[in-house]
Amino acid sequence: MSLTSQMSYALVVFVSAVFTQNILLSNFLGMCPFIGVSREIKAAFGLGLAVIFVLTVTCLLNWLAYHYVLVPLGLHFFRFILFIIIIAAFVQFVEMAIDRFSPPLYQRLGVFLPLITVNCAILGACLFMIIRDYSFIVTIGYGLGSGIGWFLAIMAMAGIRQRLANERIPRGLQGPGITLIIAGLMALAFIGFAGVLQGS
Amino acid sequence: MLAAVLIAVVVVSSIGAGLAALLVVAEHFFANYGPCSITINDERQLTVNGGGKLLSVLTAEKIFIPSACGGRGTCGLCKLKVLEGAGPLLPTEEPYLDKDQRESNVRLGCQVKVRNDLKIEIPQELLAVREYICKCAEIIDLTHDMKQFRLELVEPQTIDYVPGQYIQLLTPVYEKSSEEVYRAYSISSDPADKSAIELIIRLVPGGICTTYCFEYLKVGDQVKMNGPYGEFRLSETNAPAVFIAGGSGMAPIKCMLHHMKNTGNKRKATYYFGANKVKELCLGELMRQFESELADFRFVPVIAAPEQDQNWDGEKGPVTEAVQRTLDNAGQCEAYLCGSPGMIDASLDVLKKLGVGEDKIFYDKFE
Repeated sequence: MSLTSQMSYALVVFVSAVFTQNILLSNFLGMCPFIGVSREIKAAFGLGLAVIFVLTVTCLLNWLAYHYVLVPLGLHFFRFILFIIIIAAFVQFVEMAIDRFSPPLYQRLGVFLPLITVNCAILGACLFMIIRDYSFIVTIGYGLGSGIGWFLAIMAMAGIRQRLANERIPRGLQGPGITLIIAGLMALAFIGFAGVLQGS
Repeated sequence: MLAAVLIAVVVVSSIGAGLAALLVVAEHFFANYGPCSITINDERQLTVNGGGKLLSVLTAEKIFIPSACGGRGTCGLCKLKVLEGAGPLLPTEEPYLDKDQRESNVRLGCQVKVRNDLKIEIPQELLAVREYICKCAEIIDLTHDMKQFRLELVEPQTIDYVPGQYIQLLTPVYEKSSEEVYRAYSISSDPADKSAIELIIRLVPGGICTTYCFEYLKVGDQVKMNGPYGEFRLSETNAPAVFIAGGSGMAPIKCMLHHMKNTGNKRKATYYFGANKVKELCLGELMRQFESELADFRFVPVIAAPEQDQNWDGEKGPVTEAVQRTLDNAGQCEAYLCGSPGMIDASLDVLKKLGVGEDKIFYDKFE
């Protein structure tokens, strides 16, 4: 594929990852922080930004590791272990660096990094990009798109939950219960985007 | 084939090792905050290496704060007060803290980082719960089915507890049990002696832990326990105290009586000890001693069905009836019950009938 056609394909994948193939609402990955940290918009915003950053960068790192280390050695099957190690190490490293050099940034974004070390949305995106055989440039679009998709979903959820905070919800449904129901409704709404774009 | 496996293992391990090395180096340069001191409840001071999260630092120091999510900031259980040095409230903590908690400096232990000296407050109960390694120092037969075990503390060497509390004794895997189990036993010893505890254990036929203690545990053996736990304790009032307990239920009461003696507590106290037979009575001499040493203490053994040949001239019948017969001005009393659920429920009925307020009845059910 030529560079321009790759770029336009990357754009399609990007838009599709944000909406039609939203990693959270179509694959239900990354639910734990999605439910745990979506009570306030402020916290959701920071976590969402952290996910965008980590998802984009780790997808690229893992793409390089997969295509330049695992494939030449014929070790594809080790990708699960390797991806997890790389994600964890990268997140740890970035957290330490931010914490040391930019306390204000740590305050806003850094604190969320450890929460997503073992976030399955990140590992999931890394594995999808391999299964779907994306090129490096397309992977940029996919990683960024998935991150932004996750960000949008948690922001929407936090907005809804903030409004719900003062509503009377049946006791059995309070907390995670109503959150899962909302997530289901949002997922149904996002199905509406399906067919707009065929990104994969 | 073998070569392929070897290559795979070597490659993945070396990548892992490389990343780990990178992190260690990075940690050395970035996350090295030097030694920090943590002052707990103004009494204990820890010196730790800064850089870690407060929760994990405390865990490493064997102070266990409850946490369900393992420090990922999603359960909100690891709350504790950080009075100084925590820095501003983090956005990851905000959802779990209400206005009152924020004002009283409550923080999530898993989010606060140790980068400088900290002053924190932990509920005494959490601070005191620890694991202890002990040596069984003495086993005394009290009756045909009750023994008193003295456990000397090896590591740590002292224990602090409130009289009335219990510990959990670990039964190791032995001939009759294929798994480790914990069983709770009240501490019966004199709380002035912090270097050892005593337990009064009654043999439960077929019981895993009691069988172990009675048939397998020998003087000199090492045992593990953790604790102390429990809310059963003497109130700080001067109301006359009525203790009702039979069998091994005597353990916490004995501990409380020691404590009353140690602290010169002058409140009136009566102890009804219920048993079926005269041969089930134990520690009578010690109780007589308490009667002479405490300001106003009476020990009333009550035997339900004394043996013919024993010439029992004390109280007879069920312990609850004896209480009903002999207890004066019950309305002012506080009652402390310890024993089997059946005995406690029966006593609750009688005490309420006598006019003891429900909020003045404290009990520890052995279930």
